[in-house]
Amino acid sequence: MEESDSEKKMEKENLGPRMDSPLGEPEGSLGWVLPNTAMKKKVLLMGKSGSGKTSMRSIIFANYIARDTRRLGATIDVEHSHVRFLGNLVLNLWDCGGQDTFMENYFTSQRDNIFRNVEVLIYVFDVESRELEKDMHYYQSCLEAILQNSPDAKIFCLVHKMDLVQEDQRDLIFKEREEDLRRLSRPLECSCFRTSIWDETLYKAWSSIVYQLIPNVQQLEMNLRNFAEIIEADEVLLFERATFLVISHYQCKEQRDAHRFEKISNIIKQFKLSCSKLAASFQSMEVRNSNFAAFIDIFTSNTYVMVVMSDPSIPSAATLINIRNARKHFEKLERVDGPKQCLLMR
Amino acid sequence: MSLQYRAEETPLARSDRGADWFPKDFAMRGWDGDQHPPKKRILLMGLCGKSSIQKVAFHKMSSNETLFLESTNKIYKEDISNSSFVNFQIRDFPGQMDFFDPTSDYEMIFRGAGALIYVTGAQGDYLEALTRLRITVPKAYKVQPDMNFELFIHKDDGLSDDHKIETQRNIHQRANDDLADAGLEKLHLSFYLTTLSKVVQKLIPQLQTLENLLNIFISNSNIEKAFLFDVVNKTYIATDSHELCYDMIDVVIDVSCVHGLKEDGNKTSMAIIKLNNTTVLYLKEVTTFVALVCILREESFEQKGLIDCNFHSIHEVFQVGVTSQGSCGHHTSAPSLKALTHHGTQWRNAI
Repeated sequence: MEESDSEKKMEKENLGPRMDSPLGEPEGSLGWVLPNTAMKKKVLLMGKSGSGKTSMRSIIFANYIARDTRRLGATIDVEHSHVRFLGNLVLNLWDCGGQDTFMENYFTSQRDNIFRNVEVLIYVFDVESRELEKDMHYYQSCLEAILQNSPDAKIFCLVHKMDLVQEDQRDLIFKEREEDLRRLSRPLECSCFRTSIWDETLYKAWSSIVYQLIPNVQQLEMNLRNFAEIIEADEVLLFERATFLVISHYQCKEQRDAHRFEKISNIIKQFKLSCSKLAASFQSMEVRNSNFAAFIDIFTSNTYVMVVMSDPSIPSAATLINIRNARKHFEKLERVDGPKQCLLMR
Repeated sequence: MSLQYRAEETPLARSDRGADWFPKDFAMRGWDGDQHPPKKRILLMGLCGKSSIQKVAFHKMSSNETLFLESTNKIYKEDISNSSFVNFQIRDFPGQMDFFDPTSDYEMIFRGAGALIYVTGAQGDYLEALTRLRITVPKAYKVQPDMNFELFIHKDDGLSDDHKIETQRNIHQRANDDLADAGLEKLHLSFYLTTLSKVVQKLIPQLQTLENLLNIFISNSNIEKAFLFDVVNKTYIATDSHELCYDMIDVVIDVSCVHGLKEDGNKTSMAIIKLNNTTVLYLKEVTTFVALVCILREESFEQKGLIDCNFHSIHEVFQVGVTSQGSCGHHTSAPSLKALTHHGTQWRNAI
């Protein structure tokens, strides 16, 4: 994997997910030794200064709550972070500071360095921006550079800070922006999402983004489907353990709420953070009423599972045993795809 | 998005004293034998922000959605009567209401109120709020001396904690000085950084009984703590608050909303949350609006059967409470207490 000079520069804030290290090394240690078999994927996070890039990644990857992001300052030049995801996948996040001087640099002297080998480009637009022309201009410059250096990269456009828009206007404004962006992006294709750090829309966007990066996602879904059918569940979800982003799901029965994935991610993540304030972490949960039973449990070393049952005749104990047995199977799956030797930080 | 206006209930006992809603000697905190328990009235006064508070606490709106509420410019009455114990009426007064106007009918406004909540922001505008408070409180006290007086300091997340505490201390000091100047040292003014729980608790007459019940339940079931929680209004009905419980209840309600069916109101009948430090949080629905939340150790949870059995007694108490709302509320809780003890002892001996 090629590394440039500026990448070897400091890794100021390693905002990786917090995981207990058996060797007792401090979090965010710069001494990550990544075996060659770990998959490293480069993710570019770009957008104008103050559009919310660093806040977003702090919430998703570094356990910030929305309120904490107020104390984040402007990002200087490029901030690199390596985020371990699902054990054997490393997201190499390039959070590119959006001030004009940096932006100019990116398209000139740093152009090749930044835009080479990119798997995913995430471009963040502040919905309240008064300089739409300028925003679009920078965006197009990015696209040109991508076309030249990483033409296969997936492009995501996030229309951010939607909470500042009146509720009844949100759909309309987002649709307008989406149309404009789709048009401007041609011949490249982009996926657009509306987001806010104050609700679950953030999780929906980032779930879709990481989904593109998971190498064996089809196989995972197939196994999940088998599992769901055997235990007669209505739906089974798989979450990445630290971020609680939904990485895979299978539904046997039509579910009511199309936004349930991101809502659950948001809900559980908030709860996880509350628990961690008391130096505890949440292990499992069962919620029941007359119509359904939901089980959320630690699954493999990198995932949580959520099982939704609507058959009231099936006792909790049965489902819990099924989950326990499936665990071994999925652990094996993970080990087969992952690197043979352990990462030092595990 | 203005507050909904709901027609006020017909008052039951009308004296011929004109504007009184209840006879003067009617004790606000007890229940009169022959009548349905009166709705306690909570008066909300002060500058803007209190409608937000009410909406957030009682209508499950997140604090960010309140940005777009229009300011109140009429007096709104609202009934919060969806729980067997939390039964009161909120009168929200507009921020601009002029109490300097000598024609305002204070009798009508303050008579029969259980609590006066005065809301002020924690930032610059609190000085003006205190001025108004200085005028309003003595008048209210004259009409209804046994009213609870609460001052809510509207939390602003932007302030640092130190600043908040500092501001709270300032407000506290000044308000008490003002009261002393008016010769009302005996009047107790409580200060809060926006919580409605404590106000509600003061207005529930059966509080002591419920707390006793819970204590017995706790010791007989071998659990660490138990709370009764009004899941709709998100207030504690008995005993102190515990922060993790709020979060736990949020999680459980939210998960139910996402996956439950809308027809039955998304109530949760049971939830178990296990943490990695052997703590177990156990929630069980008592009535549609009230849940029992227990905190216990994993070892104690192995005797889930014992807990469920004792829980049954609590459930019975609430059934009794509901049916007796037409008659005397005080006397019926005692026999149920005995039933619980009995149950508990039985099981204890059996083990």
